[in-house]
Amino acid sequence: MSFKVPKTLEKEIDERVTHYPVSKRSAVMPVLHALQHHFGYLSEESIEWAATKLELEPIQVLEVVTFYPGFRQSAPGKYHIRVCRTLSCAMAGGYKLMESLCEKTGIDRSGVTHHNPVAVSPDGKFSIEFAECLASCGTGPVCLVNDDFHEAVSDVDALLNQYS
Amino acid sequence: MSGIQYQSGKEPHPREHRVVFKNVDREGWDPSIKTYMGDGGYAQLEKAFGMKPQEITDEVKKGGLRGRGGAGFPAGVKWGFIPPNNEKPVYLICNADESEPGTFKDRYIIHQDPHQILEGMIISCFAVGANLAYIYIREEFPEGARILEKAIEEAHAKGFLGKDILGSGFDLEIYVHRGAGAYICGEETGLIESLEGKRAYPRIKPPYFPAAIGLYLCPTIVNNVETLCHVKHIIEVGGEEWAKTGTPNNTGTRILCVSGDVRKPGYFEVEVGKVTLGELIDDLCGGLKEGRKLKAVIPGGSSAKVLRAGEVFKVGKGENERELSIEDIPMDFDTLAACGSMAGSGGVIVIDDSRSIGWVLNNINAFYAHESCGQCTPCREGTLWMKKITDRVVAGNASPSDIDTLDAVARNIDGRTICAFGEACAWPTESFIEKFRDELISDTDPELEGAIVNPESLVAATALK
Repeated sequence: MSFKVPKTLEKEIDERVTHYPVSKRSAVMPVLHALQHHFGYLSEESIEWAATKLELEPIQVLEVVTFYPGFRQSAPGKYHIRVCRTLSCAMAGGYKLMESLCEKTGIDRSGVTHHNPVAVSPDGKFSIEFAECLASCGTGPVCLVNDDFHEAVSDVDALLNQYS
Repeated sequence: MSGIQYQSGKEPHPREHRVVFKNVDREGWDPSIKTYMGDGGYAQLEKAFGMKPQEITDEVKKGGLRGRGGAGFPAGVKWGFIPPNNEKPVYLICNADESEPGTFKDRYIIHQDPHQILEGMIISCFAVGANLAYIYIREEFPEGARILEKAIEEAHAKGFLGKDILGSGFDLEIYVHRGAGAYICGEETGLIESLEGKRAYPRIKPPYFPAAIGLYLCPTIVNNVETLCHVKHIIEVGGEEWAKTGTPNNTGTRILCVSGDVRKPGYFEVEVGKVTLGELIDDLCGGLKEGRKLKAVIPGGSSAKVLRAGEVFKVGKGENERELSIEDIPMDFDTLAACGSMAGSGGVIVIDDSRSIGWVLNNINAFYAHESCGQCTPCREGTLWMKKITDRVVAGNASPSDIDTLDAVARNIDGRTICAFGEACAWPTESFIEKFRDELISDTDPELEGAIVNPESLVAATALK
């Protein structure tokens, strides 16, 4: 499969770059966000494309990709779930939420490591990872499914049914 | 504030004093500019353009506004650090990277009242002479970023942004910049590096603070969302009047976010220092859960040193010296500091007697181990050591001397790093050991003294054979 950035996406990216009139390098995160949003993750081709677009060396883009937990280098599921792991959510049942989400979606997290935090369901529909504090500590446990925020999650079936 | 209706079930507590949160959960409210202007929005911006920039800074100084992000540094003084003979461009950044565990106030301002942030920002930019500003918002608020961008578009259309704003001759562009899940971007120099398109490695300071050398090596003011919102309200009533709310040197209102083991967790905007920790828990949050006793409170985000139930603090000097129980502590900057902790970001985490202290500390240590940027060795290595040791405590595989090792690791991070993350990650461990040593020791096994229990060392030991 050859790598191609659609015209509309490139237009959107070019507009984003104009938000940084002093330094194009500043646009590296928005460019990566746009690419990740479109492709699901950041491939080597995406990283090289971003580097060319911003007149940077690919390593200057790669070092950003590997630093920030919000950038992924492997494909997630169609619906990517991020469960808050941090204290207030953990006290409200964040770990249990993670367990039941994995059970219902058939996701096996045993191979997860610090550098490969994402686990994908066998059918590729869901993927999951823990996130650090999603800043809604009063309504835990919380999670994000793609861009949708869900708080005080108690019914896992009802949550997953929204994404079938 | 009278006459404002709030959504049923979300009415503010009678002890609250809503200023910044005036429109949060308000009946019939939406984040559009039409609604905001229908409520007198952007009137303070017009008023500010009738003032000289220095007069705005003076009002903020008179109000004594202290930063709501964590450090509590006076905002007007920070603005004053821009070199007087500066000829470079000045930038302003709104720190909307809210990520201190236990803190969830900016989320509601961003999602429900974005124009309040913009109005505060535009006034602040005019005061410091910034023509380009960014809102650095955490990536986990995708909806928040869209709402802010829409608000910026609306403000542009009304002439509150762009060239020659309201005929003042002042130009300003504001852009939203999304982070990517790194806690360290809440540290202002880390944030600036990130905004320059690099890894968010904080910069060494002093000598040069961002107000002198910041974004693109130009003077840069970084303020928290809540702080910038307050600027609008200071302009509305004047610094002196604004300072009448709150308590001396701890002026204004602030939003306290309570989570953990209380009946009604949530956000409460109160006058700084007018509510005690006990009142916050028992009155505003409906008390502890049935049959539970208070064990500990983390009063200002997870980095703040823990307070133990039953502790007695001596505060004040000379004639003013008095003893405070944990319940008596007024929620202000200075008293919490005098009690050895901090008001931090306003995130209060309540822990009852059903919780294991080892488990709580381990959860916090896992957070810092994940979020250390890796620039300074003591922090990069130490945060992971602390997590591994408390992993063992939780699993029942730790020996009593592990607790001393844990303490030593923390004390070798604190004060030995470029940025305040070093203190932030060490203080929980230091304070938990200081105040809950017996419980932590009771979770360990004396028979494991000297044994190799770390699975990784077992692997290493096997490989060496």
